[in-house]
Amino acid sequence: MVKVEGLDKLLAEHPFFDGMDDASRKTLAGCARNECFDVGDMIAKEGQPAERFYFIRSGSVALEFHTPGQDGLIIETLHDGDVFGWSWMVPPYEWSYDIRVTELTRVTSLEATCLRKKLKKDNALGFELYSRFMPVIAKRLYSARQQLTDMYAKK
Amino acid sequence: MTTKFTTPQSVIIGADQLDRLIKALSGLGYQVIGPKLEDDAVQLLPLTGADELPLGVVEEQAPGTYRLKPAKTPAYFDFTHGAHTWKQYLFPPKEKLWSASKTPKGLVIDDSMDTPKYAFIGVRACELAALGVQDQVFVDGEFASTPYKERRERVFIVALNCRRSGGTCFCVSQNTGPNVKDGYDLALTEITDKAGHRFVVEVGSSRGEEFLAKLETSQANDTDLKVAKKAVKKAAKSQDRTMPANTADILLRNQESTHWQDVAKRCLDCGNCTFVCPTCFCSTTTDETNLDGDTASRWRQWDSCFTLDFSYIHGGSIRRDGAERYRQWISHKLTHWHDQFGVSGCVGCGRCITWCPVGIDITEEVKALAKGK
Amino acid sequence: MSAKAKTDPMVPELMSISVRRKELADTFTIELDPGKAGFEFLPGQFNMLYAFGVGEVPISISGDPAEPESLVHTIRDVGAVTNALSKMKKGDQVGVRGPFGSCWPVGEAEGSDVVIVAGGIGLAPLRPAIDHILTNRSKYGRFVILYGARSPEDILYMNQLQKWRGRLDTYVDVTVDHAGRDWAGNVGVVTRLIGRANFDPRHTKVMICGPEIMMRFTIKELNQIGVSKEDIYVSMERNMKCAIGHCGHCQFGGHFVCKDGPVFSYARIESLLQVRGL
Repeated sequence: MVKVEGLDKLLAEHPFFDGMDDASRKTLAGCARNECFDVGDMIAKEGQPAERFYFIRSGSVALEFHTPGQDGLIIETLHDGDVFGWSWMVPPYEWSYDIRVTELTRVTSLEATCLRKKLKKDNALGFELYSRFMPVIAKRLYSARQQLTDMYAKK
Repeated sequence: MTTKFTTPQSVIIGADQLDRLIKALSGLGYQVIGPKLEDDAVQLLPLTGADELPLGVVEEQAPGTYRLKPAKTPAYFDFTHGAHTWKQYLFPPKEKLWSASKTPKGLVIDDSMDTPKYAFIGVRACELAALGVQDQVFVDGEFASTPYKERRERVFIVALNCRRSGGTCFCVSQNTGPNVKDGYDLALTEITDKAGHRFVVEVGSSRGEEFLAKLETSQANDTDLKVAKKAVKKAAKSQDRTMPANTADILLRNQESTHWQDVAKRCLDCGNCTFVCPTCFCSTTTDETNLDGDTASRWRQWDSCFTLDFSYIHGGSIRRDGAERYRQWISHKLTHWHDQFGVSGCVGCGRCITWCPVGIDITEEVKALAKGK
Repeated sequence: MSAKAKTDPMVPELMSISVRRKELADTFTIELDPGKAGFEFLPGQFNMLYAFGVGEVPISISGDPAEPESLVHTIRDVGAVTNALSKMKKGDQVGVRGPFGSCWPVGEAEGSDVVIVAGGIGLAPLRPAIDHILTNRSKYGRFVILYGARSPEDILYMNQLQKWRGRLDTYVDVTVDHAGRDWAGNVGVVTRLIGRANFDPRHTKVMICGPEIMMRFTIKELNQIGVSKEDIYVSMERNMKCAIGHCGHCQFGGHFVCKDGPVFSYARIESLLQVRGL
């Protein structure tokens, strides 16, 4: 129990959970664990099962596409307060990118099977969580589209 | 540019004095410019005598139409205005700004210029207002154009009160005419009645007063003044075209109107309206290099906001379609001009209506926008 | 023929190139010698630069306003005139008219936080403001410089960014749109840097320069975190031929970008940015 309460506190500090009621957060904390990664660690690889999703407490990771014979192509870097790994919500629940750690990174992660089970039982919590994910996804999509414009290129 | 001047009594000159007026101005070193028939139109060209003035000619003007015809009365100035404007002399269509030459010591810039001394004969009230509007652009702001300023300061203006309005005139609604108010050296009102062909002359400057001594004048009597006044009033009354009073707001409210597309379907993007407009001041700069490559010159020449290039920045043009360009022209003239210079950019001369090859009428477009079309 | 007064604003002054430096593949810096009198200007102002026989182009001044003995311009080779300027060497002469236009609100910003958001070549017109603020550092609150470039190879003033970042009183964050693993920094759009820059949105002046699309995204993000429109300043780009309000080319609604701008508060031009093709 002590452990869960500690994790709940960590979740509360993350901007993703701003304003979430305590009961919901505590339910989620039941699926959580703390992790720490070193520079160069691969948290995920494209195609692997998406079993966890992550809240960065501090540090940074690079979201990359693997290209044979070359280093990964960096799509975006993520930092304190960001989240990654929403493939857990989307069948067939596989990672779409590689996640490489670029500096010492502390995260709290939620286990996907545990989470899916809880959300099936508690639709209100599911709605709450999805409502928080949508703006994050929209913002990241918006950013990606800005990058696509290649606005600094010579016209 | 107007100077305070206490107007002396009006005088009368006989029509025969016009020739003397032109020649006397030439004698003082002025290059005299006035109306002259050329290519079936009244143009503003150098004059050497009154015999070159279009006597007994009037014109029919309508949207997209200009035709000369003989007048019932042989007057000198009963036609109104053609496509020419006085701006072509003060702000020439193409003018060298300066040139630079390569020398062993490096580049040397030559910015000397020729400043002619003009006398304008027959400047109408709307055109005087237009000169005032261009003065605000080229002289009164933070930066003054030296060549414009020098020409403007030297020009001798013989203004004219219109006793006939053209078919597209709407100076009354723009409050600029048909009677001249200020900014002239001499102002004429033509009279052709049983008492003879003559002009009432008003004096607008000490330079004008001094010059008047070179002509044979007589004191104007009350009848002369009454006749002159009445004629100008009649011209004012005959105008049926008006610009809505709240035009600036109408345009501002309708920047996203679908009506712009409707205009664009008719507009040919030819730029005629901007070239005949007496206030349009847009220009571009061009560079020319001698064949030996040792001398390069910079020129300023009239430009039109109807061209695609006008708004080009690297990568593309800002105003890509005709609707946006027409909106720019009319909004600048009737709305933004107020922000920039405190007055409307339109003096109501109607040239843009007459000389539009498809007869687009600036006043009608504003009215259509006002109706939310 | 009469001699024209030397004060005509369309006649340039000739200056020699004292230093020419390559910055990026398509971007270079020229330093001009303005002579003993020096060349005073305000951060954000621009000059018209003339290349012999080719023409003139508006270029922002990118040097330190506290060093008027050298007139610095960083230029991207994008057209005929900038291409001609790119081929000039030390000692060659350039025609200069200016300085023209409005400046960054470095005076109004005293006492509050300052956030610089630059994209691509847009860092060049902002550098005089950065220099001014660093020279007068104690007059300002938190100082943030956010910079976005296309790729690591396209980062302008890399050495200076590193120097600024090394200062304890300045927060510098740089991001690029595209990068490989040899780049250890941020990847993503410049707007993503705003959230973690940690300034007081209610007591800050933001100065933005970059492609118009980047400025729009940035403004949107700033609005979301509570920066008021009056506190956001942008530098606009429009066609300019004369720089003195005579040629009409740079009109943006009722404004002449050359003399009412190029720096505008967002509050002043917000409604204009919403109408396309103005």
